[in-house]
Amino acid sequence: MSIFLEKRAQSSRLLSAMVPLLAIILALLMGAIIIALTGSNPWEAYREMFVGAFGSGYALSETLVKTIPLILCSLGVGIAFRATLWNIGAEGQLYMGAFAAGGIALAFPQGQGWWLIPLMVLASLVGGALWGLIPGLLKAKLNVNEIITSLLLNYVAILWFQYWIYGPWKDPLGYGFPYTAPFGEGAWLPTLAGTRIHLGLAFAVLAAVFLFFLLKSTRVGYEIRIIGENPQAARYAGMNIPGAILLVFAISGGLAGLAGMGEISGVIHRLQPAISPGFGYTAIIIAWLSRFNPWLTIAVSFLFGGLLVGGYSLRAFGLSDSLVLILQGLILFLLLGGDILTRYRLRWKGSRA
Amino acid sequence: MNEKVRMEGIFKRFPGVIANDGVDLDIREGEIHALLGENGAGKTTLMCVLAGIYSPDAGTIRIDGEKALIRSPRDAIRAGIGMVHQHFMLVVPYSVAENVTLGLNKPRFLLNERKLEAEVGKVAQSFGIQVDPHAKIWQLSVGEQQRVEILKSLYRGAKILILDEPTAVLTPQEVRELFVTLRQMARAGHTLVIISHKLEEVMSLSDRISVMRKGKRISTVNTKDTNPTELARLMVGREMLFDLHKEKAIPGDEVLSFYNLHALSDKGLPALRDISLSVRSKEIVGIAGVAGNGQRELAEVITGLRPATSGKVVVNGKDVTNNSPRQVIDQGVAHIPEDRKGTGTVPNLCVLDNLMLKCYRVEPFRNGPLLNLSRIREFAQKLVKQFRISTPSLETPVRLLSGGNVQKLILAREIATFSELMIAVHPTRGLDVGATEDVHQMLLEQRSKGAAILLISEDLDELLALCDRIDVIYEGKFMGEVPAEGEQIETIGLMMAGKKGGTKEPEAASLQAHA
Repeated sequence: MSIFLEKRAQSSRLLSAMVPLLAIILALLMGAIIIALTGSNPWEAYREMFVGAFGSGYALSETLVKTIPLILCSLGVGIAFRATLWNIGAEGQLYMGAFAAGGIALAFPQGQGWWLIPLMVLASLVGGALWGLIPGLLKAKLNVNEIITSLLLNYVAILWFQYWIYGPWKDPLGYGFPYTAPFGEGAWLPTLAGTRIHLGLAFAVLAAVFLFFLLKSTRVGYEIRIIGENPQAARYAGMNIPGAILLVFAISGGLAGLAGMGEISGVIHRLQPAISPGFGYTAIIIAWLSRFNPWLTIAVSFLFGGLLVGGYSLRAFGLSDSLVLILQGLILFLLLGGDILTRYRLRWKGSRA
Repeated sequence: MNEKVRMEGIFKRFPGVIANDGVDLDIREGEIHALLGENGAGKTTLMCVLAGIYSPDAGTIRIDGEKALIRSPRDAIRAGIGMVHQHFMLVVPYSVAENVTLGLNKPRFLLNERKLEAEVGKVAQSFGIQVDPHAKIWQLSVGEQQRVEILKSLYRGAKILILDEPTAVLTPQEVRELFVTLRQMARAGHTLVIISHKLEEVMSLSDRISVMRKGKRISTVNTKDTNPTELARLMVGREMLFDLHKEKAIPGDEVLSFYNLHALSDKGLPALRDISLSVRSKEIVGIAGVAGNGQRELAEVITGLRPATSGKVVVNGKDVTNNSPRQVIDQGVAHIPEDRKGTGTVPNLCVLDNLMLKCYRVEPFRNGPLLNLSRIREFAQKLVKQFRISTPSLETPVRLLSGGNVQKLILAREIATFSELMIAVHPTRGLDVGATEDVHQMLLEQRSKGAAILLISEDLDELLALCDRIDVIYEGKFMGEVPAEGEQIETIGLMMAGKKGGTKEPEAASLQAHA
């Protein structure tokens, strides 16, 4: 008795749509086993998470707060994946965006001008884009594997960010704590009354609209689709492939950078050593789950925002919130495994063929 | 002869098309059975069912009288069935020996590459197949890759060998060699199925012929009891005209010329060695030659896809040597590439996306940085109609189209967008009679409209029918030039084997013109 894979003549569209759903359900079931092994009741733990994430107005608003950076990072990662450029560096690009925007905010502590926020937005876009362009340039000019470079640059970006907070930008009135001084209120993104939901939500939705439009109706979007599917045909058609690679990395990094700006300007209002619980990595999972579709990205980001926020209420329940990371990992693992099944079918073979 | 394979009521449906509509077929032991039909007639699908690649929706297969359940290529191999596909199923970065032994449980654990290569080389030699077991697939010409595919099946002990359009990629000499090998195999008791649409080939090689049309088997005849005219009628359901009407044309201005061109192959070896030629408008110049003698490299150098190491390429009086593909396209150069699925189209994207591949950036299809999608759609609809591309819709992915329709799509796109100079590489390879005729007509039409055409082909009949003059390439050099007349076929044959000849030495001629 053995199991083997047989290629499907036609990959099923229905199956391909079902795989993300099944991956989530299976991951939850496997997570339940882990919870049960710790001696807790999985059903109650999941209910706790659900209530913590979606069960009240406050919970929903907190979920939305986490959804904002997730959408922006996932859109950035998604557009790169669409061009078969594996940008794993959203986390670092987010930090570089926050660094650039934070630098502006700290430079104008009294800044009350209308221009401060737009300037910070611009700085974060440029900061993230420049950081994304490093693996982009290496890929376009020297064909260096972008998975490795973009991933490793995450650590560089975070350490660079932290150097400024522990060093030159440390708040002199902060009793030695590793924080910068709080931003002036002119550098705060406006929030929805009574909640922490900030203007970044609008940026995120606009970014989704922008990407949808870019892919569907612009020349460069068409080029990105062709390059992603068949680079040789793109070259044959005379497309500027290095140029498109650079553009995609710039957009990808810029969007992650904007996510970083949203976090520091909309939520934290200062710089601190950690500003992201791994938004840039979670974005990889979201991008795959949503099949790089901008609208689905918004929906899936909301779910993952809920997963993050729900995870915090696990602590009150006596469980570690790293369960959330386990669930995320399981979902990606099952999703990639499930994708194989859309192209191949499993066959069980007995002793006779 | 005993019945070796019997297929009964094979039915296979793909989205939007019934590929096999209740096909019965019997194949006898030791015969060469030709499966003849136009593109999209269902020949390949039927054989893919036999080779375990597709599961039929209905129908049974018997081998040696016993019902066989063939669910995968592995089952097929176990039943002694091997298939050589038109599009090769090779792992490109791997060596020949690795590809041949891939998937076999032998050796089970440790790979001894040298031993493996020696063994594969020995088997190849015993079948008279010339291939370097150590070479990597990406370094091989299309013809050499096919030999690897055949070797792969034989190495697995195939008794029934299916070949899908085996001569489509071969030179006349290679075809002859292949036929000798195939006849030998049949005499030794192998059963062979040849998928083809080339009448002469089928007539000269096969014992019996089954003709398919629109998913059905129309008829099976003994080869000695039939003739090409009858076969053509069975295939297309109408009498075919074999004669092309080629008008006499007086060539105009020089559109393409290249001088003392040198370039390297993928392997880094000299592929083009000091070749020169010019093509004028209203003229089709053919490049004949055995595959792998620099034809692909020549097309790529002209179109900017491969750097020239020295020499000069001039289009419309402008030096385009080592320009980008984009700059060459902008000079009005159309390119029908050799590899339709890998280069000429994006198979996963739809007909519309593929038709706009080159025009999307020019007026009126662009709108600043945007695409003018309604204009593009109009344009695509017009092309589909004008070039009779048979597709369910503009949104259909190109991978679902038959080979002939993919080629028509490429031609439609290239002709519609550019017309000054066309580089056509094997434009009818693998196409059926109807599609081939369409393509030939389109090329001749472009010629009368004033285009200059460089036609690279291995089909001498095609070259003689279409061209005004023919140059023969051998090991990256031109052996000489002849007018495209039937009586030149012997001279061309000699030149293809490396003998200088012809009425003039083209290098000298164009050099003088240049100086």
